[in-house]
Formats: sequence, C-alpha cells, structure tokens
Amino acid sequence: MEAIFETWPWYVSGFLIGMVMLCLIWFGKTFGMSSNLRSICSIVGAGKYVPFFAFDWKSQKWNLVVILGAMIGGFVAVHYMSSPNNVDINPTTIEQLSTMGIDAPQGKLMPDAIFSAEAMQSPKMVFTLVIGGVLIGFGSRYAGGCTSGHAITGLSNLQLPSLKAVIGFFVGGLIMAHFILPLIF
Amino acid sequence: MKALKYLLVGFVFGIVLTKSEAVSWYRIYEMFQFQSFHMYGIIGVAVATGLVGIQIIKRKKLKDIKGEIINVPDKEPGSARYWIGGLIFGLGWALAGSCPGPIFILIGAGFWPLIFVLAGALIGTFIYGVIKDKLPH
Repeated sequence: MEAIFETWPWYVSGFLIGMVMLCLIWFGKTFGMSSNLRSICSIVGAGKYVPFFAFDWKSQKWNLVVILGAMIGGFVAVHYMSSPNNVDINPTTIEQLSTMGIDAPQGKLMPDAIFSAEAMQSPKMVFTLVIGGVLIGFGSRYAGGCTSGHAITGLSNLQLPSLKAVIGFFVGGLIMAHFILPLIF
Repeated sequence: MKALKYLLVGFVFGIVLTKSEAVSWYRIYEMFQFQSFHMYGIIGVAVATGLVGIQIIKRKKLKDIKGEIINVPDKEPGSARYWIGGLIFGLGWALAGSCPGPIFILIGAGFWPLIFVLAGALIGTFIYGVIKDKLPH
C-alpha cells in the first residue's frame, strides 16, 4: 500500500498509459489531448471568425470529459497520494538548476521559482508561461498532435509522420533546455 | 452513464501522470538533460504496450464496444508540418515543462499559474487556425 504514495516506477506508469490509450481505442475513440484546445476555442466562439473552429465540437465532448477526469485524478493524486520523497531527481540536475536560481523539488512537482504565487508577481515569469503555452498550442495543432497523439498513439501505430513529429519534439526540447532556458533564468 | 467511462479513464490517466511525475517540470528538464532514464522508460513502455495492443487489435480484427471493427486511423502523410510543428511544440514543452494533458491535470491539482500556460495554448491554437492555410504542411 505504501508504494502508491511513492513515485510510481516507469514500467508501471508506462504500461498504464498504454492501457489508457488502448481503452480509448476500444471505446471507438483516439488518445489525443491537444484536440481539446481546439474544442475549447470553438466553445468560446472562435468558429464565428475562423473556419478552422467552425466544427461540431459536441462530437468531441467525450474528450473534454476525459480531461475533466484527468483534472480530478491530478487533484486526488496531489492531495491524497503524495509523499515528501516524491520527485527525487538526479542530484546533478538539482545542482544545475540551483545555478539558474531554480529551487530543488523537495517533494514538490513544480519549482517555486517559476510556478509559485510569488513568481506570478513577476511579469517576466507570467510572460514566459504564456509564451510556453503559445508554442505548445500552435506547435501541437500544426503538427496535428502532441505527446499523447504522436509519441504514444502514433508511434504505437508505426506512423512515420508521428516519428517525424516526435523527433521534432525532442529537437525543440533540447534547444530550449540547453540553449534558451539558461538565457531566461 | 456513457460519460462515466470517459471520466474514469481520464481519472486513471490523471493519477498515473501525476504519480509517475510526468507532469513535473523537473522531470521534463531532467529528461532533456539526459540525467534520468525515468521519462524515457515511461514513454518507451507506453509505446511498447500500445504497439502490442494495436497489433493484437488489427490481427484479430477486434471490435470496439459498439461492435464495429476497430480502425486506428493513419496520420496524414506530410513532412513540413511534422518537423516544424513538432519543433515548435518541443520548445514549448521544455519551456513550460508540460504538454497539453499535464496542463489540465496540474490546474486540477491546484497549480493555478498553469492557467497562464493554458491561456497561451489556446492563443497558440487560435493563431494556427487563423494562419493555417498560409503554412506549409
């Protein structure tokens, strides 16, 4: 029982994520989280101005329910299944982050330097998060999927386009983590 | 009742992503620094599980819950959109330390600054919708 409070091993987590995807396929759907962003744009009326958003978002309601369930799952996991031993990352990573002024996890999922209420007092930090979001939203729609749609579903289904997208994800991520993040922090 | 199964699958997904720490900014940073196998293990096992499952589904022509033969759709052929779109997504993934699923999961868990990331993601999606016909795909 104790084990559920600790960091779940990669082989358990990976297997369960694979099963979530297969479950949605069995339901006659697909596993893709970024599609919800397009649905939300539609719901708030973007379809009146841009044809890309004039689609039947109601047919995607099931996916919004998945995301709602995921939010509840996140709440339960953080509030009732956490332990101070969580997020036990590599000490070298911690050292590297401290030179950038980013605090060590100490059981927290997110660094206070970027995601605390205090950090949100800084316009630079808010701007950084918004830009991060813009890149995520634009990139995932342009590529036609994100980690769930391409990396998990597409690669599982041996899709060459997904392999290209996933290589792109990692090239972009490496450029950001190695060259751009040190300039920001 | 129909919605309940989606809520349940989502609930499991949210718990797994949180407890595996795939939603953690730290884990994404550590992955891109090649300082841990953890994230690669998660993605690798998820893909391996999916690969075996999809092969079984295809070879045995399994049916979905509505009784129709399952068809896992192919991605549209193309290159530019996958390379460029993928690269742009990757930049955002490492900057915000989260991808679309985790953005929602973290907001649900109470990390409200992720609302700024979500707002950005909606803006980014909207911009794509506006200029998509001018982009190479």
